[in-house]
Amino acid sequence: MLTHILSGDRPRSLVLTGLLLAILLGLALAPFLFPGVRSLETAARICIFIVLVASYDLLLGYSGIVSFAHTMFFGLGAYGVALASTHMGRGYDALVVGTVLGAVASALLALLIGLFSLRVRAIFFAMITLAVASAVAVLVSQLSGLTGGEDGLNYSIPRELTPAFKLGSLFGVTINGKILNYYLVFFASLALFLVLLRIVNSPFGRVLQAIRENDFRAEAIGYRVVFYRTLATCLSAAVAALAGSLFAIWLRYVGPDTTLSFEIMLDILLMVVIGGMGTMYGAVIGATIFVLAQNYLQNLMGVASGATEGLPLLPQLLDPDRWLLWLGVLFILSVYFFPTGIVGRLRSED
Amino acid sequence: MTTAAPDHAPKYAQVSLPDRIGKAMPLLLVPLLVVLGFLSIGSPSSWLTLTVSGLAMGMMIFIMASGLTLVFGLMDVINFGHGAFISVGAYVGISVLLGLESWTGVPSLLLNVAAVIAAVIAAMCVTGALGWGFERVIVRPVYGAHLKQILVTVGGLIVIEQMIHVIWGPDEIYLTRPEMLKGAVTFAGAAIEKYRLLAVVFGLALFVAMRLVLKRTKIGLIVRAGVQNGEMVEALGYRLRLVFIGVFIAGSALAGLGGVMWGLYQEVITAGMGEEMMILVFIVVIIGGLGSVEGAFIGALLVGLLQNYVAFLEPKLALISNIALMTAILMWRPQGMMPVVKAK
Repeated sequence: MLTHILSGDRPRSLVLTGLLLAILLGLALAPFLFPGVRSLETAARICIFIVLVASYDLLLGYSGIVSFAHTMFFGLGAYGVALASTHMGRGYDALVVGTVLGAVASALLALLIGLFSLRVRAIFFAMITLAVASAVAVLVSQLSGLTGGEDGLNYSIPRELTPAFKLGSLFGVTINGKILNYYLVFFASLALFLVLLRIVNSPFGRVLQAIRENDFRAEAIGYRVVFYRTLATCLSAAVAALAGSLFAIWLRYVGPDTTLSFEIMLDILLMVVIGGMGTMYGAVIGATIFVLAQNYLQNLMGVASGATEGLPLLPQLLDPDRWLLWLGVLFILSVYFFPTGIVGRLRSED
Repeated sequence: MTTAAPDHAPKYAQVSLPDRIGKAMPLLLVPLLVVLGFLSIGSPSSWLTLTVSGLAMGMMIFIMASGLTLVFGLMDVINFGHGAFISVGAYVGISVLLGLESWTGVPSLLLNVAAVIAAVIAAMCVTGALGWGFERVIVRPVYGAHLKQILVTVGGLIVIEQMIHVIWGPDEIYLTRPEMLKGAVTFAGAAIEKYRLLAVVFGLALFVAMRLVLKRTKIGLIVRAGVQNGEMVEALGYRLRLVFIGVFIAGSALAGLGGVMWGLYQEVITAGMGEEMMILVFIVVIIGGLGSVEGAFIGALLVGLLQNYVAFLEPKLALISNIALMTAILMWRPQGMMPVVKAK
């Protein structure tokens, strides 16, 4: 039964199993274990980023394609919900319509980009997605009439999903709409993650891995490499858009900085690499560690920067604004010395 | 016993006209675009202004792109960190210019040019050295693995960009051009900025020089041969690695030069400018065909001209005009206009 749910892809390491169970339980019981607005915010972020990173891993880890447009698809999903909620008014129908439209639009756009670049060589894809994603990001901040520009959009979602909706209390925690909203995000993320796990362990997923290892040979065996690569791109884009929709439902706000910025793209890359490319469980571990570190380490950097005041250069290097610098260093080091990530390391130990 | 060779009568058929036009088509695209621009803009004076600024922009993009396309052709290395050299070049060069205020502030051609040359040399030295270090530390361990190359060079881009923030502070730096490069000349009713003219002349000179080096010198021959078939060149006894390091350093220095020129053109520099230019550079390299210097030159001019024309005609479309151009060219020639490196 359990093997069936996990599509036969067991964690295959005792430590890893323990970690994954801890994360699953922690997220499932987050409102009760860690009450408070900020920890719930962090937990929801972790759920959404697990899906986003797992969908990116389908591309990077399983198909060996580098894309820089993943935040664009994420943003499309988020803006889909935001625009639908703005124009159709508050309601579940708006959420559904926005989510579906965002996912379809993402898949179509990915199909277009894939047809142009993957046909020739996979390396074009990295450059073209970078160009397209930056053009879209600029476009979104320029078309302020439609997208709210740099300010983004605020909109309202059904009342049952907002803190104003009270339901009574359980184990001393007041159950309000925000907690219902959290469980919507949690179960949707869990379902999407299991779907992705199913995809990569299907025959289709095997072909993707074969293409990653040797595309020439895969073509020679009779698999249309372009077709498989393009389909993987579309699937990954659609799931990213769904994650974006969840994010929009959770935040009740979208803006270019929170959904489209290049910085988020880097975060995703780093989460995949730290967790481990080519395993879906890597996305879980990577996203959890990274979001926790992002939320709590930046404070620490501020403290360290204050403590080293007076020394040359160190305060600037430790300034919380230089968070990206350390991410970059960590990124290079982990690609060199840690290419299989945490999951690969744990699995090889057993 | 020998058998007679089979009959065969070679014929020297002339290449048909459509074939010849097809072959020369990339070369015709730039004049074609200029004529199209003239027809759609209508007013000759604004057309002239836009054409000159488009050409100037194209030349600067070409300077930044040339190194990248050669590095790719020679060693199959795709360097996403190229943009960092543009930013560093701009910051170093502009710092020198700001330091030489007494030379740039007076209306003397000699002192102004001396200051600009000093800035350019400083920028090229620093970015060349940085490129050398980048090749050693970042690129060398990941030869032959595209995926890792992309990831690691992106990491390098972030680190260098953030170090600019640490060294020069987080704010953009505004500057004014040296006295003699300010202002415009009027020609046939069109106001043309002096600096843009200078950029066009300088870019053309650099392109011609680069072509001469590549086509007429021994080192150019080795580089071109290396781009086409590296293994063969190594089998003939040349150490292609050394050539590659040289090209990498030269390409980084050119990116730095492009950065200084772009900074003077925009009169403001930010740490993120390299990343922004990088996108144009990629578009140029893709539509030119990977590994081709001539293709990059034509591509850069197309991008520069189109951006300026479209920005005048329909400002909102300017953002996506480059993407549209890239799409059109890739539909026409999926490998880019003049690919030198075979698709892998």
